[in-house]
Amino acid sequence: MESPLTPYVPVAIVLFLAGAMAAAIPFIAGLLGPRSPSAVKSEIFEGGNPPIGSARQRFAVKFYVVALLFIVFDVEAVFLYPWAVNFQQLGWFGYATMAVFAATLVVALVYVWKKGALSWES
Amino acid sequence: MTFVLSNPWLHGLVFGAVLVSVLMALVAFITWFERKLAGRIQSRLGPTMVGPFGLLQPIADAVKAMQKDFIVPKDADRFLFWLAPPLTIAFALATAAVIPFSKDVLAANLDVGVLYALAFSGLLAFPTWVAGWASNNKYALLGGMRMVAQGISYEIPMVMAALVPVTLAGTLSMQGIVEYQVASGWIIATPVGAAAGLLFLTTALAEGNRIPFDIPEAESELVAGPTTEYNAIGWSIFAASEYAHSVITAAIVSALFLGGWDGWWNLPPLLWMVAKTGFVFLIVTWVRWSLLRFRSDQLMALCWKYLVPGALLLVLIAGIQVSVRG
Amino acid sequence: MAVAVEAVATAPVVPTKAFVPDPYLDLDTYEADADLMTLSLGPQHPSTHGVFRVVLYLDGEIIVKAVPHCGYLHRGVEKLCEKLAYSNITPVLDKNDYVAPMLNEQAANMAFEKLMGIEVPLRAKYLRTLLAELQRIASHLLWLGTFAMDLGGALGGGTSVFMYCFRERELILDVFEELTGCRFHYNTHHVGGNRHDIPPGWPKLVHEALDTIESRLEAYLVMLEHPIFVDRTKGVGTIDAQLALELGLSGPLLRASGVDHDLRRDAPYGVYDLLDVQVAVDGGGDCLARYKVRLAEIRESIRLSRLLIDNVPQGPLSATKPLNMVTQFKAAAGQVYVGIESPRGELGTWLIASKDKPTNPYRFKIRPPSLHAAAAVPYVFPGHTLSDAVAILGSLDPIMGEVDR
Repeated sequence: MESPLTPYVPVAIVLFLAGAMAAAIPFIAGLLGPRSPSAVKSEIFEGGNPPIGSARQRFAVKFYVVALLFIVFDVEAVFLYPWAVNFQQLGWFGYATMAVFAATLVVALVYVWKKGALSWES
Repeated sequence: MTFVLSNPWLHGLVFGAVLVSVLMALVAFITWFERKLAGRIQSRLGPTMVGPFGLLQPIADAVKAMQKDFIVPKDADRFLFWLAPPLTIAFALATAAVIPFSKDVLAANLDVGVLYALAFSGLLAFPTWVAGWASNNKYALLGGMRMVAQGISYEIPMVMAALVPVTLAGTLSMQGIVEYQVASGWIIATPVGAAAGLLFLTTALAEGNRIPFDIPEAESELVAGPTTEYNAIGWSIFAASEYAHSVITAAIVSALFLGGWDGWWNLPPLLWMVAKTGFVFLIVTWVRWSLLRFRSDQLMALCWKYLVPGALLLVLIAGIQVSVRG
Repeated sequence: MAVAVEAVATAPVVPTKAFVPDPYLDLDTYEADADLMTLSLGPQHPSTHGVFRVVLYLDGEIIVKAVPHCGYLHRGVEKLCEKLAYSNITPVLDKNDYVAPMLNEQAANMAFEKLMGIEVPLRAKYLRTLLAELQRIASHLLWLGTFAMDLGGALGGGTSVFMYCFRERELILDVFEELTGCRFHYNTHHVGGNRHDIPPGWPKLVHEALDTIESRLEAYLVMLEHPIFVDRTKGVGTIDAQLALELGLSGPLLRASGVDHDLRRDAPYGVYDLLDVQVAVDGGGDCLARYKVRLAEIRESIRLSRLLIDNVPQGPLSATKPLNMVTQFKAAAGQVYVGIESPRGELGTWLIASKDKPTNPYRFKIRPPSLHAAAAVPYVFPGHTLSDAVAILGSLDPIMGEVDR
């Protein structure tokens, strides 16, 4: 009963219930709704014209840069969390450590900024 | 009652069932509320025909959506196309598990509650991207791409802004943060807390894909963004999950910054929490119907050039505040 | 009497982007970051203002080439007019620029009158000018609403502006309805004068409508100060004076590019020669400048309308009898061109009459200002993002009924 995972039992149940609710709605709708597919109905919308080319293609590299930035910064942001929780015990030394860490982050951000990875208007 | 509260399985089942069903009902009501408010802002009436004050309009909409033919476009990835809408609503509902609605009304008091809530609310970008990709539609693809770029970018200042209450309270548990606020004053009352709260709300608008940050959906540009090819129940679920997400984010803002269920005059704590959540949602809605939309590059610039450094600065200031206090 | 038009500075147009749009870009030689995405914007799209279609070649989010296609609303109006008698053409033309139908009627009928040498009574001239100015207000209000919707989406602040603008426009339409019985397709101009005389109490109604609109205009000016609006419009879709002249732009688009040209002042018709028309010019050339110019024009139109409504002289309303008799109007052989200042620019009518067909035009050609605005698309879209493209198209304000005819 007192396993460290005990608080997660309700979370699992909520997740299950949310999933069940999410699955039930389309299921009921599937039972209620009519089903009459046709070629015209399933045309892909592109302003009322037949689509030119495919939608499955290589995409601009800028989005990947954002993804990379995200990984770096999100990991670092999450790294801040244990520090924040134990901050009161760590005192000024802990603060200084984190300030240095944050400074590195800022330097990285400034570098990325100057490199032009943040400007989207080419 | 105590037995229910002490047994994690029963506790989860009771509170989970109540939470999920109340949230779904609330989402329906909230759509009515937003339409009514939007109507008033635009000097018109909003829904009036179905039921008293148009209150039954959401139910009529849901019934109508269910009775329509759910069309899967040609060459779409059928499995992912079907999967995306349920995923969005599941993620949105799951976020609510850790939100304390009062001292006892809480599905799960996780000691990493804040992280859990942020993680699930951040996950919402991915079903939207799945929808955009699975549709085999260029508008949807562009919208999905924008959604991911925006969602993950704004997650960073959001996570950092949430660090401020965590630093001040010294705990990651949502309930713990609320209890800290009950004991030593609301976080919004401190300057750094107010700034962090504003920043959090701003990023939450972006995460929730609301104007002025709704570039993924961007009706005037991308028709309907990732949901362009969705109709009938698929589209309705997307819309519902957007509202669910907004409401839950409003609740998170209330819990982290506005003192949660803390209040005056011996009113029930649950009522305070609901009132605060409603207030934050009102602000969100008001902003939505008053502002224009940013452009995608302005959005990215705003996030990386202002919000991220700003959030980092706020965390450091919060650290000083805690250190000085001792 | 002279109310100052919104102060508009004329500054030289400085291109904000180093990128030079090339409408004839060869896509085979263009080196893109990724695969070029070919996106068809329209004809069925929320912000193409009808059924305009632009094929966009996107490099990520940036447009490298834009190819406009029109003709989805082609109805053969010009050919149809050649088959109709002079007296029967007016109602057909109402549907051309469906945002400002009054001006369509006026343009055609002025051409007929010039061709036949009919002098319009002064009262009709006053009324026509007044109606044109009121229509200009209504048209610009509709433009502002749709422009805000392009910037702010159909489900957000944009719709709020749209609703406000329509609320004000409604007042003008009410005024028109009181006069003509119709809200859009008035058929109130005819060859030689006007069909509907001013009903009792109408001037008061006009004054009330103008007062209400003017008091609410202040709210729109708040938009100018809003950072998001300025961010989205400033430096976006810049057209310099040279390009504007080369493209044949006219009206607010030309004036927003810094060219001081307005037919109401430079080639007066109606009673504009009796009025002192203050022309709003802005050197910005971007979406913000076009917004400023149009808003200044609303103010100017309100001022002119007030002057006109108080000074309509007594007298006959028409030099001819408003009957739809096919043989009533006969023209000798010849050709005329009449250009008037519609809300969108120079709305021209070129008319050729031949000896063989005295009751019909031999050739009837409309010069729609919107066509030239739509032709600007390949010159301004490239280098902008998709979001900007929508904003630019909104600020160019092409009315497809007029472009396609």
